[in-house]
Amino acid sequence: MSNGNLEIRAISGHTGGTPGGGEYRQPDGSTHAGASRDYDVCKLIDTTTCIGCKACEVACVEWNGYEFRETTFDNTYQTMPETAWNFWNLIKFNEHQRADGTIQWLMRKDQCMHCEEPGCLIACPADGAIVQYTNGIVDFNQANCIGCQYCVTGCPFNIPKFNEATKKVYKCTLCSDRVGAGLEPACIKSCPTGCLHFGSKEDMKFEAAKRVKQLHDNGHADAGIYNPGDPDERTSADGIKSTSPGSIGGTHVIYVLNDAKHPENYGGLPPAPSVPFFVKMWKGPLKWLGGIGLVAGVFGVFMHYIRFGPKEVDKVEEVKR
Amino acid sequence: MSGGIIARPTTAIPEDEVQRYTFAERAYHWINAIAYTYLMLTGLAIFTPLAYWLAYVLGGPATIRYWHPWIGLIYLATIFWMHRMWKRDMQKIPEDERWSKNIRAYAENRDELMPPQGRFNAGQKQFWWVMLYCTFILLITGIIMWIPEKMPRELHWVLPITVFIHSATALITIAAFIIHVYMSVWVTPGSVKAMVEGHVSTNWARTHHRLWYEKITGRRN
Repeated sequence: MSNGNLEIRAISGHTGGTPGGGEYRQPDGSTHAGASRDYDVCKLIDTTTCIGCKACEVACVEWNGYEFRETTFDNTYQTMPETAWNFWNLIKFNEHQRADGTIQWLMRKDQCMHCEEPGCLIACPADGAIVQYTNGIVDFNQANCIGCQYCVTGCPFNIPKFNEATKKVYKCTLCSDRVGAGLEPACIKSCPTGCLHFGSKEDMKFEAAKRVKQLHDNGHADAGIYNPGDPDERTSADGIKSTSPGSIGGTHVIYVLNDAKHPENYGGLPPAPSVPFFVKMWKGPLKWLGGIGLVAGVFGVFMHYIRFGPKEVDKVEEVKR
Repeated sequence: MSGGIIARPTTAIPEDEVQRYTFAERAYHWINAIAYTYLMLTGLAIFTPLAYWLAYVLGGPATIRYWHPWIGLIYLATIFWMHRMWKRDMQKIPEDERWSKNIRAYAENRDELMPPQGRFNAGQKQFWWVMLYCTFILLITGIIMWIPEKMPRELHWVLPITVFIHSATALITIAAFIIHVYMSVWVTPGSVKAMVEGHVSTNWARTHHRLWYEKITGRRN
């Protein structure tokens, strides 16, 4: 893979700084050292124009060089129940019955959402197994993966998948190898209806808002954008504040949904995704308290030794009954 | 050396000494100790990036992830056997309460204030039960963390809680471990010899474990 043009913003399980910024905050508070916000990439998926043709599924498997795996027929238009370690892009199908009895076929392209605050990266203990580039792509590096699957515990979207043979975890890379070379992701290139868009996050939010307005004007009052936790609240209609604990801070894959009030109808899209509380607790307070406690414990017994010393048997007085 | 049991000079208990631990007790203890140390170091490596270098020292990050649960089973088996050997000695006796109340005096080496103790003193017993119960928690959570891929998706919410409990419980055992090693290696000279060679001086036995000393020797002083 040639990701040479991608700068790294965050590294999992890493103690030092990161070349592309990370904790090096700019004076304006952004964490994007040297990169303007325009370079944040984003995939926009307009579910209202998806026809469920699955060209993106094929393009994904082909570009990433995997064998086509077995499919599962369950009397719906869905290839298999969920994404797999070698199948990162799945059109989720749901035959939804509205309150008035009418039927809707909801198609949603399921893949990694490339969170701004990725739960997988926060949970990962392995140095360099997960990196986030300054353009927002969250990428797994299997060479550094130890197979612990903590990333699975941190992900609110059920995306990282374990390969029992290699003991490594895999997921959508947002085609970081193509994006790094100035190309759009394979799924985008293959889409025949134009429901997939790729560009800067600002542009995609603009495009999404334009489409939502069009839908509103056409009588789809509940249409909206799915971009949970984004600081720009106009485009995160779910009501999750980006500052709320566990917020994923917006995603680099955003949806236009016909009914943004019920994202769960779209193949189980979580209405309020967050990094699990216990992941934050264990990667936050427990880690620091544990580390400090350990050092304090060793130091404490050392201080005890130089204060009181050993119980020399010969010097200890006879124990009285 | 004629007749009876031939005692090799190297294993015979010297005069003025008494047997503290049998060979089985020592063997289980040290296998358990080595397993625990490995588990602690590899666990810390995965727990915090500050200790991740330990992963490379101990054979590589993916390697320690593979072995940690298996070594955990060795630790589990040996602590199970230790429990079978020691559970009677670990039961509470009336003197323990007074010992625990006076623990400050014990820590300050004013041992004349301490009540006589059995084969294990009240502090050792506390250490034992902490390790045993924590092992149970570590086992349950550890099995889940070993094979999370077998976990149905609906139960994935358990995983973060499991990792949190496993880490927190392990930290408790490390705190206990630090005290245990400190007490035996530095505070009570003769303890390491007892666990390696199996015997202690009668003076040591009388001083630290008076009731046990009286029981095994039948002496009152």
